Amino acid sequence: MNVSILGGSGYVGGELLRLLLSHPRIDVGQVTSESNAGKLVTTVHPNLRKRAHLRFCSITEIKPCDLLFAALPHGSFMKRFPDLRQVAPRVIDLSADFRLRSADAYPEWYGHPHACPDLLQEFVYGLVELRRDAVRRNPYVSGAGCLATAAILGLMPLFARNVVQDFAVTIEAKVGSSAAGNTPSLATHHPERSGAVRSFQATGHRHTAEIAQELGLHGEPKIHFSATAIELVRGVLTTSHLLLREPLDERDIWKIYRETYGDEPFIRIVKDAKGVFRYPEPKLLAGTNFCDIGFERDIRTNRLVVLAALDNLMKGAAGNGVQAMNVMAGWDECLGLEFAGLHPI
Amino acid sequence: MAKCLECDADIILDDTVEEGEIVDCPDCGTEFEVKATSPATLAYAPKEEEDWGE
Repeated sequence: MNVSILGGSGYVGGELLRLLLSHPRIDVGQVTSESNAGKLVTTVHPNLRKRAHLRFCSITEIKPCDLLFAALPHGSFMKRFPDLRQVAPRVIDLSADFRLRSADAYPEWYGHPHACPDLLQEFVYGLVELRRDAVRRNPYVSGAGCLATAAILGLMPLFARNVVQDFAVTIEAKVGSSAAGNTPSLATHHPERSGAVRSFQATGHRHTAEIAQELGLHGEPKIHFSATAIELVRGVLTTSHLLLREPLDERDIWKIYRETYGDEPFIRIVKDAKGVFRYPEPKLLAGTNFCDIGFERDIRTNRLVVLAALDNLMKGAAGNGVQAMNVMAGWDECLGLEFAGLHPI
Repeated sequence: MAKCLECDADIILDDTVEEGEIVDCPDCGTEFEVKATSPATLAYAPKEEEDWGE
């Protein structure tokens, strides 16, 4: 399959290129970058030396291909999609431009109206574990937000079983610096960023919208979401607090997660009685497509704490995109995503 | 075969398992002492206390 990437100079685009270059069924055609057109992709992604000999081109030079990945900044692809849909029969957009079902949500959460609201319904929210059949059938798939992916995968089994009191949950998300993209600012300047534990979005984070949208399939959720930037380059850990509608014991919770994710290749239930890494730990997931999920009950308050970890550039973006591509093509879902991670790291 | 008392996973006991042996759950890692082999009966193994912070 011939695949091209729009917006290949960002961190997600680079991760996507890394994965596609090693994918046994993929030939990478073109990789676009307006600011780097003409340069070798290894100028921006030095980890791909001796693996990639491509040069970036302008989006205006894009040629027909079998599948088009878009990793453009939010708000950019939606303006181009009506024209670019002629380029490829299948499209996977990793930006937020087609994640939300309601066009009305875009001014509220992204600060601008949607450029083509009539096309929103053509995209499937591409979190494979939630919508595998729809991803398989649909030519247009949207990626999911990295923080939203961790939160949704951790919580969805509980919301689907209606065990969450009042459908209410408080989520604290911790995230590494690569989630902010590769455009530098004073906030990302090393003396400012290094060592920071920065509450950058205590309320009103954009991913709240898609978490509510996806968990809302099972009721009217009340999502309280806060995000904190921590001293990591890659990695997300969401810690979700909820009250159970009725007391469930440890085995009940295990059963819910096993029944939901027992056959999922990229979801692992991590709740170990011994060892150093007893709960999900983002550090171990760098470069992998896993989402590790754990939980702990507070029997005094009937509270359940759900922990979910992933690599924001992988399961939180490019890895999930490749997984979706594999599903769309009818291939083994794990193709090109076999990396098990590093330890120690 | 026995069931994990903590998470309900299947714990496969091989034929040579003996009373008093410590086995662990493949899913949650909890350790159990084999109290009887026929039928297989497990009990929580004594835990070492750990200090995870102050």
